[in-house]
Amino acid sequence: MTTTKHDAQTTLDVEGLTKQFGGLLAVDGVTFQVHQNTVHGLIGPNGAGKTTLFNMISGVLPATAGSIRLIDEPLDELPTWERTRRGVARTFQNIRMFADMRVVENVITGMHSRLSSGIGSILIRNGSFKKEERDAEAKAREQLAFVGLEQAADRRAGDLSYGDQRRLEIARALASQPRILLLDEPAAGMNPAETHALVPLLKKLRDERGLTLLIVEHDMHLVMSLCDRITVINFGKRIADGTPAQVRKHPAVIEAYLGHKAIDAKAAAPTSKVRP
Amino acid sequence: MLDSLSDLYWTYQNIIHGIAVNGILGLSVYLVLSIGQLALGQAAFMGIGAYFGAIATTKLGLPFPVALLTSVLAPAAVALAIGAPTLRLTGVYLAISMLGLGEISRLLFLNWEYAGGALGLSGIPERGGVYLLYGVLIVLIIALFFVGRSRIGRAMEAMREDETAAGVMGVNVPRYKLATLVASAMLAGLAGCLSAHLSSFIGPNEYGFEMATTILSFALLGGIGTPLGPVAGAAILTLLPEVLRFLADYRLMINGAIIVVAVLFMPRGLLSWRMKRTV
Repeated sequence: MTTTKHDAQTTLDVEGLTKQFGGLLAVDGVTFQVHQNTVHGLIGPNGAGKTTLFNMISGVLPATAGSIRLIDEPLDELPTWERTRRGVARTFQNIRMFADMRVVENVITGMHSRLSSGIGSILIRNGSFKKEERDAEAKAREQLAFVGLEQAADRRAGDLSYGDQRRLEIARALASQPRILLLDEPAAGMNPAETHALVPLLKKLRDERGLTLLIVEHDMHLVMSLCDRITVINFGKRIADGTPAQVRKHPAVIEAYLGHKAIDAKAAAPTSKVRP
Repeated sequence: MLDSLSDLYWTYQNIIHGIAVNGILGLSVYLVLSIGQLALGQAAFMGIGAYFGAIATTKLGLPFPVALLTSVLAPAAVALAIGAPTLRLTGVYLAISMLGLGEISRLLFLNWEYAGGALGLSGIPERGGVYLLYGVLIVLIIALFFVGRSRIGRAMEAMREDETAAGVMGVNVPRYKLATLVASAMLAGLAGCLSAHLSSFIGPNEYGFEMATTILSFALLGGIGTPLGPVAGAAILTLLPEVLRFLADYRLMINGAIIVVAVLFMPRGLLSWRMKRTV
């Protein structure tokens, strides 16, 4: 713990996080704090190490060095499912739906760590089991309504459109009642209308549900209009950290990532995706 | 009417028993396949159950229920012991390690003088009977339906579709793998004990590679959408040799051809529907 105390409470504290794949240093000592009830952007060119960072925070990959704390509780030694129980939820860049399950079943699966029926009550199907299952389904349908998928609840998840699958992944992640939600390119593959609808949804998560979001995204308009703070990484290293306005002006960011054209164009209609 | 039913039973007793025993084995393989692992250890677990159960009644003179309990606990203990190191393996590697288990247990039975060595164990008392067999089968089918329609069933299907995503959903993946292997070993052991007490003889070569692939083919043919799939597959593959008796010498070929056709044209098996996973 070397950082200064912020007035806002720190939900996620990432300190010197490093990942080495053989000779490749994918993430090199990255440090940042995500404050409670904010949207924090994590941006950088392709291959900068953003998804690797997500994988380390969610426990999908072990970190080579560094530490991760969720509200002062170290996560480093915990397996994925324990992190989920403690309040880390995520979506995936390449959608990982349970395609054969119905949409609502996907969301209930996201509640796994919040359901407690043991094998005994499952086998005798007693009242508490049935009540828990019915409550879970009702809550799952609420989550689906929140992301606007209540009509699709009983369809096969794999049959949904790409944009709908992204929203289903968000609903499924919300079902675990997270303290922090990690969104890996939530707008990737969405058409402009779907992307446009995503911004108010994510804002609602912050403003109405009081959630904390950490978001990797290449759509600069979405990032700049949504994020309270942004961390920029390139070649695995943090090169800038601050408010959207600060990051936009940061010379290292301009040099490494945005380029002069993007800066010049920011006053004009800023809908261009930086990604090739 | 009753007489003719009774005649039918006595004539086809072996098949009627075989369908239930193989049905239980089908459920055993279903469990492992439903978390996305390739299952080739069922024959070995069946053999362990058969030997321990048969020794309990034949050599030690213990009552049949004790034999049944032994035949469930012994393979469970083996599954627990080998599960921890082997379940880190996936797919083909797990399958190879399970084949290894099958060979090791076959060689152990072959050289175990107390259990008859190469001659096998004979004179096993006849116990159980058709009502117990089908009672066990039906109870297990219902139990697996109930488990399937719960958080456990959803976690298992999630693991089959995407292990990483299942872990992120909060599923303790290694624990589920181990528990599933142990439960599957218990069912296979139970089937082994029940069949040993119907056939009065067991030999060390009955539980080898051929048996392992036959058990796997129950699920391949029937499908694993619901527990009924592998049971139906087991019934068909048990009946088929009788129907095709005139092709006796080509039985294994026909079985193989059926599996190839099933995999090519019915990748989800005969009973391809999927069970609902909510209350």
